[in-house]
Parts: sequence; C-alpha cells; structure tokens
Amino acid sequence: MSEERQIQLEVLRYNPETDSQPRFQTYTVPCVNEWVVLDALNYVKENLDPTLSYRWSCHMAVCGSCGYMINGEPKLGCKAFIHEYGDHIRVEPLAHFPIERDLVTVVEDFIAKLASVKPYLIPKEDKPISAGEFKQTPAELMKFKQYTLCINCMLCYAACPQYGLVPEFLGPAAISMAHRYNQDSRDGGRDQRQEVVASDEGVWECSFVGACSEVCPKHVDPAGALQQVKVASTIDWYKEHLMPWVKK
Amino acid sequence: MSRKPYIREISKTRWFLRQPRYMRYMAREVTCIFIFAYTFLLIVALARLSQGPDAFQEFLNALRSPLGVLFNLAVLIAAVYHSMSWFNVTPQAMPIQQGEEFVPGSIIVGAHYGAWAVISLIILFLGV
Ligand code: SF4
Ligand code: FES
Repeated sequence: MSEERQIQLEVLRYNPETDSQPRFQTYTVPCVNEWVVLDALNYVKENLDPTLSYRWSCHMAVCGSCGYMINGEPKLGCKAFIHEYGDHIRVEPLAHFPIERDLVTVVEDFIAKLASVKPYLIPKEDKPISAGEFKQTPAELMKFKQYTLCINCMLCYAACPQYGLVPEFLGPAAISMAHRYNQDSRDGGRDQRQEVVASDEGVWECSFVGACSEVCPKHVDPAGALQQVKVASTIDWYKEHLMPWVKK
Repeated sequence: MSRKPYIREISKTRWFLRQPRYMRYMAREVTCIFIFAYTFLLIVALARLSQGPDAFQEFLNALRSPLGVLFNLAVLIAAVYHSMSWFNVTPQAMPIQQGEEFVPGSIIVGAHYGAWAVISLIILFLGV
C-alpha cells in the first residue's frame, strides 16, 4: 500500500464578489505519494471545500489547463508529484495573469495574442483538393516538430519577467507558434505574421532571460524559437536596407 | 455575473529578486557594464597615445598599479562569465539540422569554446 502523508495545502483564494484582495487558506490533506498536486486540489474540492475554483481537464499534461504557481514555480498541477515536495505546498494562480477567482486566471490576453500570429497553415498557393495533399519529408517535419508540442498552458508567460513588466509583450508561446508555422515547408504566411511578430511588442521585447524554456512542461524551448526569430528578422532588415535588389 | 479580476502588482525595481533564475539573468546583464568600462579604457588608451610617448607610458604605469591590475582582473572575470553564458545558449539560437537530426548542442557550444581558445592563442602569440 502507498504511504499516506498529511500535507498542508496553502491555496490563494479570491472571491470577486466578496473579497477586495486575495488571501491564503490552508487545508490539511491526506495525500498518497503517487498523487499530483491536482489530486490534492480535487480532494479539497470533493471533501473539504466545494467552493474552491480551479481549471483542469485531462489529468495527463495534454490539455494545458491546470497551470498554477506551485511553491512559486509555474507548474502543471497534474505533473507536479506530491513526493517532490515537503509537507507544505503553496498553490497560487499563474503569475502575471489577473485572477478571475481562486486559481482561475483571466486568459483572454493570451488567447488574443495567440490568434494574432495566425497559428494555422497559410498555403503558399491555392491548390484544389483534387490536386492531392501537401507532401512533407521527415526532415522538413523535424524542422518544426518540437514547436507543435505546445499545449498552451501559459507556464512560459508566468515565468517570463518581461511579460510581467510589459503586458503588451506578445510572449513566448505565441511567437513560438508563429515560428512553428513559418518553419513549415507547406506554409507561405510568414510575411503576414511578421507584422505582429517583428513589432516592438513582438520578439524584440524579449531579452532572453530563458525562464520560459526552463519551465515548459513540453520541452518546446520557446526561448530558442524566439532567438531564431530574432536572427531571421535581423537578416530581413539587412536584406531590405543593404540589398534591396534581393527578393525575399 | 459581473467580473472583477484582481491584478497582482509587480515591483519594477525588485522583480529579479523573486527567482534565482532571474538573478542569474541579471548577473549576465550586469557583466556588460564591465565590458563597457573596458571599452572606455581602450578609448582612453588611444587618447593618451595621441598625446605622445610620455603620456602613454604614464597610462601604462597606471595600468600596472594594484588598482589597474584589480580592474583588469574584475573585467576579465566578468567578460569570461558573459561570454560563457552566451556560448552556452548558442544551440538554442542557432540549431543546426542535418537530415532528420539536429547536431548535438554540445558540439555547437564546443566549437565556440574551441574558436575562443584559438583566437586567444593567436592574440597571445601576436602580443609577445
Ligand atoms: S511553450 Fe511550453 S510553457 Fe509555453 S504554453 Fe506552450 S507548452 Fe506551455
Ligand atoms: S489537467 Fe490537462 S494539463 Fe493538467
């Protein structure tokens, strides 16, 4: 049988209807070591306090909805094992996002930013369905495969001090997603995306702290993607200003 | 139901104290002040050189003073830290794909250290 352990689960609570600011509430939770922090939250919800609000869905690091600050670090609640922590675990809503209620954050800003980079294939030329599929070699797939693993969990935004200080910043995941489609051999939409991506609030707001890549649960390496976007945008600039006769 | 989102304020001046990884980032950024200072020193050297051999000798003597040596040592340490922190992230910024594989990061980083060593040796050779 698994060992049971009493955990003090300290959760940041905020009720917009009654509270003027968030406050911590501590629950004593009997945990099994195989549990993840999300299990402890579910225990609270089911047994101690049904008013506790938080997002989750898949419980398997796929849906990206269970991002919280766990002991100050952005983590997926369903991937943060209890046995990696001591007897006191502090759970807060993801940093840098406004708090809607308890652990639920306001994510409209991220969703709008993600949509603004046109995260879908914009084919180079129109092709009738009868002409068949767009083919791609394994090497062409490898070029961007890592960026397709993003689950939009926003841990990278919670880790990025730049996003915290300059909320207009387009941010790690949105730019990585733009990079993902730009790198796709079937895509021809880079010019359209560059208007947003290469703007001041775009990639140039990034100062390469690298925190996003350290916390990303899917090893997307957004920091790497952003530096590659900077290199490509700089090359664009030189081409445009020093060699205007060269066609892009 | 009306919404009333709560915004947590972030200190504009002390934000980097929150996380060790932010402090490491700040350390990397702060080292460029030393590199700026050294660039300034080189400009002073040029200015002194233009004032004749005596002035330049005086400048060289000042460099050999304990304070001058200490300054150079501090800059050297800062420059090494600065360069290493950048070398170590080059595989992220400049991945090299060969067929379906990526060249291992250690090779890209290693090539930078190798180039650094070779260039340093050449400069040392030209200097003596
Ligand atoms: S890049 Fe990583 S941390 Fe950021 S949203 Fe995607 S999966 Fe989450
Ligand atoms: S619940 Fe889906 S990622 Fe954690």
